Amino acid sequence: MNDQSTNWEPKIIAFLCNWCSYAGADLAGVSRFQYPSNIRIVRVPCSGRVSENMIMSALKSGADGILVSGCHPGDCHYISGNYFARRRFALLSNLLDFIGIEPGRVSFSWVSASEGEQFAEVVQSVTEKVKALGPASRLVKKIDALETALQVA
Amino acid sequence: MIGGGIAGVQAALDLANSGFLVHLVEGTTSIGGKMSQLDKTFPTNDCSACILSPKLVECGRHFNINLLTLSDLIALEGEPGRFKAVVRQRPRYIDPEKCIACGLCAEKCPKKVSNAFNEGIGERKAAYLSYPQAVPLKYALDPDHCIWINKPGRCGLCAKVCPAGAINFDDTAKEHVLEVGSVVLALGFSPYDPSSLDFTGYGRLPNVVTAMEFERLLSPSGPCMGHMERPSDGREPKRIAWLQCVGSRDINRVGHPYCSSICCMFALKQAVIAKEHAHGEFEPSIFYMDMRTHGKGFENYYNRAKDNGVHFHRARVHSVIPAADPGNLQLRYVDEQGQVNFGEFDMVVLSTGLQVGKQTLNMAAMLGLELDADNFIKTDSFNPVATSRPGIYVCGAASEPKDIPQSVMEASAAAAEAGRIMAPARWTETSKKVYPAEMNIHSQAPRIGVFVCHCGINISSVVDVEAVAAHAKNLDGVVFSQCNLFTCSQDTINQMVSIIKEQGLNRVVVASCSPRTHEPLFQETLRDAGLNKFLFEMANIRDQDSWVHQLEPEKATAKAKDLVAMAVARVRGEGALPYNTVPVTKSALVIGGGVSGMTAALSMAEQNYPVTLIEQSDLLGGNGRKVYRNWKGDKFLPFIDELTARVTTHPQISVKLNTEISDVTGSVGKFITTFSDGHSFEHGVAVMAVGGKAYQPEGQWQFLHGVNPNVQTLLELDQRFIDEDATLKSIKQAVFIHCVGSRIPERPYCSRVCCTHAIDSAVRLKELNPDMDVFMLYRDVRTYGQRERLYQEARAKGILFIRYDLEHLPQVSEKDGQLVIHVHDPIIDANVIIHPDMLVLATAVQPRQQTGVLSKFFKCAVDSQGFLLEAHMKLRPVDFATEGVFLAGLCHYPKPMEEAIAQAKAAAARASIILAYDAVPAESVTAVVTAAKCTGCGLCVAVCAYNAVSLNENGVSTVNTSMCKGCGACVAGCRSDAISLKNIGNEQIMAAVDAAFC
Repeated sequence: MNDQSTNWEPKIIAFLCNWCSYAGADLAGVSRFQYPSNIRIVRVPCSGRVSENMIMSALKSGADGILVSGCHPGDCHYISGNYFARRRFALLSNLLDFIGIEPGRVSFSWVSASEGEQFAEVVQSVTEKVKALGPASRLVKKIDALETALQVA
Repeated sequence: MIGGGIAGVQAALDLANSGFLVHLVEGTTSIGGKMSQLDKTFPTNDCSACILSPKLVECGRHFNINLLTLSDLIALEGEPGRFKAVVRQRPRYIDPEKCIACGLCAEKCPKKVSNAFNEGIGERKAAYLSYPQAVPLKYALDPDHCIWINKPGRCGLCAKVCPAGAINFDDTAKEHVLEVGSVVLALGFSPYDPSSLDFTGYGRLPNVVTAMEFERLLSPSGPCMGHMERPSDGREPKRIAWLQCVGSRDINRVGHPYCSSICCMFALKQAVIAKEHAHGEFEPSIFYMDMRTHGKGFENYYNRAKDNGVHFHRARVHSVIPAADPGNLQLRYVDEQGQVNFGEFDMVVLSTGLQVGKQTLNMAAMLGLELDADNFIKTDSFNPVATSRPGIYVCGAASEPKDIPQSVMEASAAAAEAGRIMAPARWTETSKKVYPAEMNIHSQAPRIGVFVCHCGINISSVVDVEAVAAHAKNLDGVVFSQCNLFTCSQDTINQMVSIIKEQGLNRVVVASCSPRTHEPLFQETLRDAGLNKFLFEMANIRDQDSWVHQLEPEKATAKAKDLVAMAVARVRGEGALPYNTVPVTKSALVIGGGVSGMTAALSMAEQNYPVTLIEQSDLLGGNGRKVYRNWKGDKFLPFIDELTARVTTHPQISVKLNTEISDVTGSVGKFITTFSDGHSFEHGVAVMAVGGKAYQPEGQWQFLHGVNPNVQTLLELDQRFIDEDATLKSIKQAVFIHCVGSRIPERPYCSRVCCTHAIDSAVRLKELNPDMDVFMLYRDVRTYGQRERLYQEARAKGILFIRYDLEHLPQVSEKDGQLVIHVHDPIIDANVIIHPDMLVLATAVQPRQQTGVLSKFFKCAVDSQGFLLEAHMKLRPVDFATEGVFLAGLCHYPKPMEEAIAQAKAAAARASIILAYDAVPAESVTAVVTAAKCTGCGLCVAVCAYNAVSLNENGVSTVNTSMCKGCGACVAGCRSDAISLKNIGNEQIMAAVDAAFC
């Protein structure tokens, strides 16, 4: 699956807050805005629920990209969770860079419950960004990946 | 409740949920009404069955709703508070207690009958179920066609095959005498029958169908299973024409002077959805007079339809005749320039209007209700759900043509009015639902059941649902999986309960639509089966899969498999949670002292709940005080003064003027709001009625407003009417410009009220001085519903209408103080120059700036224009996604006063449901600490926005469950993995993520 042929399609995990971004994703659906099928949405109560660990583990599990999306600043259903998420994301970007993971693999956005079209646009741009980076291999410890690496060596 | 359509169902649910026993009387075999026949609904394109089904199911199994199908109200005596209603129930011939809805009777029945549910397209049997998701899910025999009933002894096949012995040919009519406090009529409408309109070819040409027939052709449960096929030869149509205003706005041929309000959006939706159904090239064309997209989100929908290739012709069609190509149709029409044109189409859809049904007329006569000039049930401008007879209320299309959200609002408003009379009897006639004992699953290995939904064709036309179900079967812990046509229908829900019991399931996954709309229904089903409701997950394979990857079926199927695997992985690690509750503070806060706010406050106070009403200014009445009168000629000020007096003298209402909100804490059941004066108030619910404001003309829309004294806005003119300004009589020429600041890229919505308001003001000027020349410069005249009469009156009075468009804006200049207006008239294709004494601007209605700030206090959403965003545009028009907070009036969307009053009463009804209980459900998903891992760093305490976490005397973190909202900020913040969120712990989330890569 790490073969970077033209058929390669990334898998992107999207952590969406229940109140804004998940609802925005639903609205994209009812409005029939089409977007790439690479994302796998995980519903969480709040973007502030998403820890750095979850993002790192998702990369370790094989995700090629991560999207964390919450309510717009000031709109958080839980008052301030999205601010924590944003701050965490800012710190994590530095760490990712430091350990050799392209910061572009992890994206953060604000999408409200009324922004179906924006949600589709975010997914479109995140997918393109991750596609351009190619498969993530830095943290993937799958046997077949190792074997490929060994063969190359 | 008389009538089981969406309005009747909503009113019944609202009343039953606020402590009253409801008898729901429906004339046909099942509830659901016209909405159940629809494929999709505008403006969200939501699947009608999908959003309606949960309500029908809830209604069907509600403990305090006595559902009487095949029934009619035949007599009513008594007075408000103590009516005696006689209901006659016709025989069903199939015992609903015994019927198991297996369908064998219909399968074996030899008698075929035209299928009324499909508008006569295709056939059903004399033993039948009106539609697959019917509530109640019980078959019936059609007495007009059943062979045995008409000739006893001749057939009887159904009785032979029925395994339950449910067939009863000797069934007879029953009479129920019901003691009721009030009566609500939700009689709906009957679609206009165009058979007598010869020019349409309807009835002669098979490919000319009505809008309702076309809806059935589009529907997955319709006669062609959702594949668009034209009646004559089954071919998929490539060019369809919609003809608007068939049976509406037509005095000569039809005698219906009113506009049916919904057909423009109905046709737009059908054109868009048909395009979605079509394979390859598809050309929809709409022939219309004025495009009336005056509701929330409608104008955007119209703009998108234009962008997506729907063709619009402003023309009335002269005739529809057969074309040379068999089955095809030729349309002859005259365009705006007077040119005769022809167009060939594969199919023609008639946007047939709404009219009052015969049953409604009979019912009104029996009850002695007054009708209006168009035979709709007459209501009052200031009490829009009250009929002429006290104690009898009306909601929905029986009082004027209206769309679903408006009907739902009125239904809740009628519930408020009915509940007001009966308030002393609350909880006296009701019984309480008892759930079976919950199974203890503590030490059991996971036994997961997966239910994959076709959602008609919404999912299955893109995703291979059978493959998804097969994939699910092999997942760890899954012992059962199956596909369902509609997982939310009553039969599947009942079946799910028995499958859970039979298979000994201890966790359930439903792969269908969004948990935001359907999770409560399925969780209730789990409880009915003796499972804790938190042992449940949904995989959203419709809104977030089949609908957004319509052109990539294989990828969508792969994604659906992943999503199901993720949900299964997540549910595997979930446990039973307690049902926490929070006590309800039985008082309400209403924000905004306009007509909406005052109405909501009064409505709750009359149900005996204490209300605090706050108003930012020093005067109650809001925008209503600036308006002279409504389109029916009723003046506003006397009404507002009377309402203000009732509010200020009501013992249960405390009014605080010059007051704003400085802080809000808490949630449904117990909010604590602090006011600008430093006082705070504890309340269980809140209603936001913060109003709107008039757009101040600027830029290209300024038209010399503020420069030339003869240019004014509608509200400025209203003030002169109110002041009885005598100089108005001397005006010789007046011009009105419509849509000032509305329907433009910055504000892509129609302000709904201004066409009617402007035309009424023009009529008022004509009343003052019949010799005055009045010109209306408009884009589309949107005098929807019965307001159309006003438009006719205006034209009869000689008021001239000139259309402009955004490319040809009227040009306003002045010369020596004299106004000069240049406008292009498209009909004569010439420039017109007018020198009026007065120019009136029909300015847009905007949300107030404070709306956004206030919405944040209560964690409610606003839309892209700054109006408050309701929980669901179609079926929850006064609720927010945040529980315990409701909305009414202009802060939701521009609307006339009668609609604002209805919405305010609806908000009061919805709020009263919460106030009727001593406790409401509270958060069950709360944080939990593993003390052994806690290092006492206190980060969780710092990040908690609700002060729910603290360090105990040993320096270990503890969570106050009653204050925890379950956001998980502490969990993400904890460095030592000592704090977790019940059922949304790291292990459940990461299991779900891992499952995406298996």
